[in-house]
Amino acid sequence: MMDTQIEVKTTVKVAAPAAAATAPKAKDEITVIAQKWKKKRGSLIMALHDLQGRLGFVPRESAMRLGREMDVPLARIYEVITFYNYFKLEAPGKYVISVCTGTACHIKGSAELLAGLEKELNVHAGQSTPDKEYHLQAVRCLGCCGLAPLASVNGKVYGKLKTDESHYVIERIQQDQPMVIAPQEPAAE
Amino acid sequence: MKPEDLEAKAATELAKQQSFEVRLACCSSTGCQSSASIAIIAELKAEIAARKLEDRVQVHGTGCMGLCSKGPLIRMTSKTQKDVLFSDVKVGMATQIVDQVVVPVLNGSKIERPGGELEEHSLDLDEPFFTMQHRVVLENNGRTDPEKLDDYLAHGGYQGLKKAIGMSAEAICKEMLASGLRGRGGAGFPTGLKWDLTRKVESEVKYVICNGDEGDPGAFMDRSVLEGDPHAVIEGMLIAARAMNATNGVFYIRAEYPLAVERIEKALKQARVAGLVGKNILDSGWAFDFEIRLGAGAFVCGEETALIASVEGKRGTPRPRPPYPAVKGLWGQPSCINNVETLANVPRIMLRGAPWFASRGTDKSKGTKVFALTGKIKNNGLVEVPMGITLRQIVETIGGGTGTDRKIKAIQTGGPSGGMIPEHQFDTPVSYEHLQKLGSMMGSGGLIVIDDHDSVVDLARFYLDFCVDESCGKCAPCRVGGTQMLRLLDRVVAGKGTDDDIKSIRVVAKAMQRGSLCALGQTAPNPTLSAIRHFEPEFRERLQPVATTKA
Repeated sequence: MMDTQIEVKTTVKVAAPAAAATAPKAKDEITVIAQKWKKKRGSLIMALHDLQGRLGFVPRESAMRLGREMDVPLARIYEVITFYNYFKLEAPGKYVISVCTGTACHIKGSAELLAGLEKELNVHAGQSTPDKEYHLQAVRCLGCCGLAPLASVNGKVYGKLKTDESHYVIERIQQDQPMVIAPQEPAAE
Repeated sequence: MKPEDLEAKAATELAKQQSFEVRLACCSSTGCQSSASIAIIAELKAEIAARKLEDRVQVHGTGCMGLCSKGPLIRMTSKTQKDVLFSDVKVGMATQIVDQVVVPVLNGSKIERPGGELEEHSLDLDEPFFTMQHRVVLENNGRTDPEKLDDYLAHGGYQGLKKAIGMSAEAICKEMLASGLRGRGGAGFPTGLKWDLTRKVESEVKYVICNGDEGDPGAFMDRSVLEGDPHAVIEGMLIAARAMNATNGVFYIRAEYPLAVERIEKALKQARVAGLVGKNILDSGWAFDFEIRLGAGAFVCGEETALIASVEGKRGTPRPRPPYPAVKGLWGQPSCINNVETLANVPRIMLRGAPWFASRGTDKSKGTKVFALTGKIKNNGLVEVPMGITLRQIVETIGGGTGTDRKIKAIQTGGPSGGMIPEHQFDTPVSYEHLQKLGSMMGSGGLIVIDDHDSVVDLARFYLDFCVDESCGKCAPCRVGGTQMLRLLDRVVAGKGTDDDIKSIRVVAKAMQRGSLCALGQTAPNPTLSAIRHFEPEFRERLQPVATTKA
């Protein structure tokens, strides 16, 4: 019945888990990103996509370094990352659960599914569990409306869910262990 | 590549395809991929290889075939019999499909409706869902492999571009105008006119931008086109570039659509290698190339001037117009922004001519429209229908009704900018004008069905909440008006509203419609207004008991 578990391919190259954000290797990556985009006009958002793709979020120190290396004031960077839903300012959990709240999913009861997950994990949408294992978020349309209601975990879509199946989603995560990669979904509303 | 090589390549690929006795096209779009379609393709290939049938049977991925709720779908074509469409295919079913259907068909049997366990995993292609559709934009979805340039060429690909290169810019604009094609992003501005306006502006640098920021929650037409037929969108942009002597192309695509981005990247690479994009296109001396920019989750970026700001790496806020992008767009240069579906229509119009395109549709709305049919409907998915078809035909005949014992109450078209249409008005034909008259709009093509158990008050609140959240905050009518309207509506939802609140909603709505800077604010009140207009008793039921008696 519930047969929806292939990981959705991502284009943004993803390497390190969120925990590596502070590792020294991250520094070199910022230089690489800055050099890749610095000469291209208007590429700040693309550079930030690359950065978040590698780290899972945009840490303040990384934003500062990126700004210095790209000659972009920090205020400009924050102006952008706070405007767009996609960018995260804090490290998400190991498993990012995104419940789609697009119209089709809304009609099919996504609010109930989200509430169930909030109860199950004992967090509100937009929060992570204290052990940083799970991050729950409500997201805009994931474009798989034919499979509504649905949720995705680290980019892996679980479709045609029942609204009372929050427990099933958590069980599947433990079973599948979707790759710990940076999330590919829009950030919490 | 020289122009004549196009035909040669197409002929070679077509001959190769025709050498296969049976072809299995399995959907490889996001929806079906999430139901393991990639693993199923691999499994089928392995089964075919194990029986040494690789020379007789081809297995390949393809674009969205429409019926997403029944996915993964596999279409089997064979020279000897009608097509078979397998549905709800699961990992582990490949042996059955090959042994019970593919091999017997190869041996000369006719199996148009598989029996046994496979019976419930096959769909009747004579159902109205399939027969009533007219596929122009989606014609390659379900037929070609979106990751193969040669497959696109074999189905007439880049022939429209070849024709356009031999024409003057003005002639291309005229052809597009004659076809009657109008912007499929929702507003319905004539495409030929838009191109012509940009063409007339003299400039060294001009941009063609593809708007792939499909923000309407509940719509996925553009995703399916970008994923299922990326070369058609690229070809459409190249023709647009010729029509206005543009110098640079930009793809702006939602970051939430990674597969669409990947497919466009791949298609661009293939087109560059083949000499269809880059320097000296089709040996004509003309050079044109593209950049890809990702959105970052902001609904307002579907608006042209906000999209331009976002491509420039800034916050996506709109600016007052004029000057229009045709005069002053990206980096201050003339720019033309077209929607994905509009662009995918272009190569077909170039190839088959304006009269062919204009032969379908109504007086003022020509061609076809792709709708994402979702909500409380039996046949959930993507449909492409000729303009002029009635809403009832789409929802009841093609969509199959609710599929439960509940009744359809209304539909919502145009997403957060559109409106609700009650069931008794379903005999209205689909066109830009007719939908507008009903207080809704064509929009990008989301079509959400609600049944008699769903509350229109709650749905109106859902859309308004979305618009308030997505308002960029630049202009007061949208920022303040939206918030105030939501507060009023919240009181109604909570059962604390009064008659005055409904009056106030109408007043605020009018101010927003008149005073907002861009379409987001101007159209944000539409779902609520149309809901009140068509379902006022339902709003009144939710008012405070005292107020109801007073009214």
